[in-house]
Amino acid sequence: MIAGLVYVFVFAMWLLILVGGGLMVVMVGPLSFGGSDGFDPILNSGIKIAIALLIIAAWIFILSKVKNWIFQKQLKS
Amino acid sequence: MEDQIITAVLVSIVAFFSVFVITPFLIKYLEKRNLVVKDYNRKGGAMVARPGGISIIIGVIASELILYAFFPSIHILAIVITSSLAFCVGIVDDRKVMGGWFKPVALAFCAIPILLLGAYDPGLAFPLFGFVKIPVLYIGLVIFMIPITGNTINSIDVLNGIASGFTSIASFALSAALFVMQNYEIAIASLALGFVSLAFYRYHKFPSRIFPGDSGALVFGATYGAIAIVGHVEVIAAVALLPAIMNSFLFLSSMKKIVEHRQIKNPTFLSDDYKLGATHDKDAPTTIVRLIVAAKPLTEKEIGFVIFKLAIFSGILAVITAFLMDVRI
Repeated sequence: MIAGLVYVFVFAMWLLILVGGGLMVVMVGPLSFGGSDGFDPILNSGIKIAIALLIIAAWIFILSKVKNWIFQKQLKS
Repeated sequence: MEDQIITAVLVSIVAFFSVFVITPFLIKYLEKRNLVVKDYNRKGGAMVARPGGISIIIGVIASELILYAFFPSIHILAIVITSSLAFCVGIVDDRKVMGGWFKPVALAFCAIPILLLGAYDPGLAFPLFGFVKIPVLYIGLVIFMIPITGNTINSIDVLNGIASGFTSIASFALSAALFVMQNYEIAIASLALGFVSLAFYRYHKFPSRIFPGDSGALVFGATYGAIAIVGHVEVIAAVALLPAIMNSFLFLSSMKKIVEHRQIKNPTFLSDDYKLGATHDKDAPTTIVRLIVAAKPLTEKEIGFVIFKLAIFSGILAVITAFLMDVRI
């Protein structure tokens, strides 16, 4: 039973990687600030990094919730 | 294609047999110099030679240099240098107990040759969605990747044969994924790591005759991470490593900080019939082994097989991910 739950958790991690990757490609990749005004490329990358870190934080938060939900009984024991 | 097959066979033979032949001599040498540690989970608490990292790094360097002779590229050179530096970090930690932050910081420096040689492509390829170019962010990713893979493999080196067996399965899965993506040169590099870890598993499996130590586990992890970066398969490599990443995630989310593994409380206990069960100590970290034995105590061998089945499962997911790389939604 528990071994089965571990498989579910690994599968959930895989799905979250696919979704998180999709967000990176669809949202973060095409982002460009400033346009013709020549917005500093380092600042541009900095903002992208901040967004990427937010996505990673969200990934970890969701994973923690999934972990608590899947392993509720085991973690309490 | 014929050249690549010959190279793959030659590299695999050198990788496997260099470790297979050298390790027994290393065991004798370590035992003679009393470089042994107690295996607490074994009946009678047998003394086991450590560290086995020396034979692992010889296997990695020998096989990757053979590959370099056939395909002289900076990618292979970057793998060899990163692995060698990770071995140095590990051997320092084997000889002297360092703080919890030593390995992550030192391993971050091991990634620098990859950057200096320019053996990377500053973007990430994701299945279904495509490629995202992130030049600045990617440099950070390279620096973080080696400590993450190194410490991830190190964190599952808790029972006989787990680290080497797991690395072997993950490397073969990564190699299969690279073959699917027609990146043959790096696929052979990954194949070499798979055979090095498989040969070491022969002596590391239950009952262990040798432990890899930090030097061995960090070489496994850093080589794997370097292959992922230079092969441009970071996401696929992460998928193949999911059970180990899960272990690190469970550990960190329960401990809330990075600590040296010698400082943590044991998440399992040893029963009278030499089976491992989950401890009820609230201060002990949650780990994959603790979850596996939560329902009922299992022998070390049984736990190993559960983890290997999980590794095969995530390896299959990694190969599926490789096939999905060409699919767009």
